[in-house]
Amino acid sequence: MSEISLQIDGKEVAVSEGTTILEAARSLGIEIPTVCDHAQLSPYGACRICTVEADANGRTNLVASCQYPVEKDMVVRTKTEQIDKIRKVLLEQMLSHAPDSEQLVALGQIYGADRDRFEKESSFCILCGLCVRYCAEVKKKDAISFFDRGAKREIAFLPEIAMQECWDCKECFPLCPTSALQAAYVLTEALMTPSVVPTPSCGGSCGCK
Amino acid sequence: MSRIKSPAELEAFRKEILAQRDPDKPCITLCSGSACNATGSGKVAAALELEIEKQGVTTEVVSRRTGCHGFCEQGPIVVIYPQGICYLKVQPEDIAEIISETIKKQKIVERLLYVDPNSGERATLEEDIPFYKNQKRLVLGSNRKIDPRSLEDYLAVEGYQALTKVLFEMTPEQVVGEVKDAKLRGRGGAGFPSGLKWDFARKAPGDQKYVVVNCDEGDPGAYMDRSVMEGNPFAVLEGLMIGAYAIGANEGYIYVRQEYPLAVANLTVAIEKAEEYGLLGKDILGSGFDFTIKVHRGAGAFICGEETSLLNSLEGKAGEPNARPPFPAIRGLWTKPTNINNVETWANIPMIINKGAAFFSAIGTESSKGTKIFSLVGKVNNTGLVEVPMGASLRDIIFKIGGGVPGDKKFKAVQTGGPSGGCLPEGLLDTKVDFDELSQAGAMMGSGGMIVMDEDTCLVDIARYFLAFLSDESCGKCTPCREGIRQMLKILTNMTKGLAKEGDIDLLFELAEATKGSSMCALGKTAPNPVLSTLKHFREEYEAHINEKRCPSLSCKALIDFYIDPEKCKGCGACFRKCPAEAIEGGKKRIHVIVQDKCTKCGGCHEACPAAFDAVNILSGVPVPEATPEEARAIG
Ligand SMILES: Cc1cc2nc3c(=O)[nH]c(=O)nc-3n(C[C@H](O)[C@H](O)[C@H](O)COP(=O)(O)O)c2cc1C
Ligand code: SF4
Repeated sequence: MSEISLQIDGKEVAVSEGTTILEAARSLGIEIPTVCDHAQLSPYGACRICTVEADANGRTNLVASCQYPVEKDMVVRTKTEQIDKIRKVLLEQMLSHAPDSEQLVALGQIYGADRDRFEKESSFCILCGLCVRYCAEVKKKDAISFFDRGAKREIAFLPEIAMQECWDCKECFPLCPTSALQAAYVLTEALMTPSVVPTPSCGGSCGCK
Repeated sequence: MSRIKSPAELEAFRKEILAQRDPDKPCITLCSGSACNATGSGKVAAALELEIEKQGVTTEVVSRRTGCHGFCEQGPIVVIYPQGICYLKVQPEDIAEIISETIKKQKIVERLLYVDPNSGERATLEEDIPFYKNQKRLVLGSNRKIDPRSLEDYLAVEGYQALTKVLFEMTPEQVVGEVKDAKLRGRGGAGFPSGLKWDFARKAPGDQKYVVVNCDEGDPGAYMDRSVMEGNPFAVLEGLMIGAYAIGANEGYIYVRQEYPLAVANLTVAIEKAEEYGLLGKDILGSGFDFTIKVHRGAGAFICGEETSLLNSLEGKAGEPNARPPFPAIRGLWTKPTNINNVETWANIPMIINKGAAFFSAIGTESSKGTKIFSLVGKVNNTGLVEVPMGASLRDIIFKIGGGVPGDKKFKAVQTGGPSGGCLPEGLLDTKVDFDELSQAGAMMGSGGMIVMDEDTCLVDIARYFLAFLSDESCGKCTPCREGIRQMLKILTNMTKGLAKEGDIDLLFELAEATKGSSMCALGKTAPNPVLSTLKHFREEYEAHINEKRCPSLSCKALIDFYIDPEKCKGCGACFRKCPAEAIEGGKKRIHVIVQDKCTKCGGCHEACPAAFDAVNILSGVPVPEATPEEARAIG
């Protein structure tokens, strides 16, 4: 793979082809905020907090740095007035779902986001997809998935798979930036038919797993 | 018929077909697109067949069921060639007369002709009807000449000439060059130069490549692509094969919206016929070029029309967008280089090859060439599909072709570009149909939706309507689109309900900037357009909704009240009888009064009150005057 040289926030860097802007920036020690990014998962581009401004091929565009591959002689700006404004609004939108998320509150402070700007939404979920993607990409179980689309999009455990797989795993719980995924699981568990859910006494040893 | 194995055999076959056709023999065509089938085209066709038999003219006339003619509100449409005599809204019982009069005695059936609503004049020929006269039907034109299921008909109108030329006289580079020189831009929405896109896919490394037809057409009310696909599937197939040859693909996919059964049916027949005649499959016309096509029925989501979602959907994955780059031309279907174009884009290709890039690029403006099909709907006299040269003004489309706004209402705005397009006011009616000019004005070409609105339309409510659509149809993957639309929609809904707050306009701008700037795909990037264009051109309507709780168009129900003017009321009781909510207190020779608490604001009283009295007022932004006391309601 050939090396591609570009400039990020005034600093020159050369990285291999296919590297994302986010990775290149990190190699320079430049922090770009992210919510849905995860080292073990492929870039997803859902939260859009990592949006940066990039000049390439004579055009200036706002792009998601986690997904956008570097281009030759690209000039990237990771902080501009416009980007800060966008990040603020995006954080406020996420905070309307998860006002108590430590990660979001901390990011919100950096960008001056008002967590009460928008009316509280009923769903806690910001649909970053960390749980869904972790389960699919790392665990390869697909026990949790997205349903519906648009404003009605939501995540849900698939009871049939969840009752088999989640009991001993629960690795997605700590990934949730809103810390509320566990509650969602407990809810799903409650909805499962009691007869099939492994009880603590058998621990799954009776074969009900 | 056996496979046609060479261009010479194809030409011989074409000659044979043409030799059997006498251009002077009367030919009765009947449009049979989805729209006219819904208004009874099938029964008319049966009557036609029966009557031709009955009146013994089987050898004297030819009849043909064709695709959509575009003037759908006047359908079913019968056109009799060679003259082009055009009969509208034809019913089965009209057929006997058409045959006995027009076919046998060359007499016109006057009552079936088009009557100009303004001048009262009749038009005998299709080309004399203003709706058609001001169009340029380069793509849709063949729809009325051919039976979409007849390969012979397509061959009779120069079908497959372009393919032969490409396969035997041009290199793939030359084909790409011709499309580049024609300056064709994609008709699916983004207006990307097609030749350039083909070149990317052609040059992309890889042995396996694909070509795809996008016939998802999810814009509400739009049916340009459906009509082309239903009416002339062979042109789309021929265009697709030419593109496949140019980029080096041997497999094509056609993604058709689930709701288009007739398009799928006609397309399937066309593919079968083409295979049977050797115009699809292995070694086409002896050229060594192989090509196969699969038809895929979409699940009906608007977002599946976005190219990366469409390709995901074709692969059986969730119909959600991917980030671009990589673009499909580099990494598309099953990670292979893929060229995807809209139906109308593909349908333009055979013409460009046949007539040459110079012919095509001579039509239109500097940056937009050829013609564009629009689906003209809303508050306009003539609705239907219209095809105009690029550069035609919106005014010409709406007033010359569309015949203007019905009744004595005033034109207010035209919305172009589909759900995430923009609304333009009267002052911008001279804007030309041109990708760049429309975008600069705050609207967009989109795929060709055009909705005309009159003075009764509230543009805040229109923005709300489109955002509600987009809120449902966004895939919901990324924050700025899903959440941004959600918040903008809440604000707009509040405005129409009189619950808006000061500062809401600034908040809309702020939300719009984030959604436009940081969404993943074009749905989100363009979703604020309905808001931004109406704010740009009709800001005073927003301000009235916010500051005065007034809807200037008297359309937002929460902001209007119906009130009977006691001075004008003659006590006729028309409103009393019409009111479904029993909200009117009346009585013989008494002033009628609307009980505001009971009124559901259906507007029935306003319509019912005789024009001569005009006593029912619609109020907005002002308090309803005290009702006349019971004892003072007697009239005269
Ligand atoms: C939300 C959305 C919906 C779209 N729907 C369609 C569609 O129904 N038909 C279409 O041809 N293009 C549609 N497009 C555009 C396609 O992504 C793509 O640009 C087009 O198929 C390319 O063909 P063209 O270059 O011939 O226009 C849509 C784009 C977006 C963002
Ligand atoms: S912009 Fe909207 S439709 Fe496009 S990926 Fe984001 S959420 Fe989905």
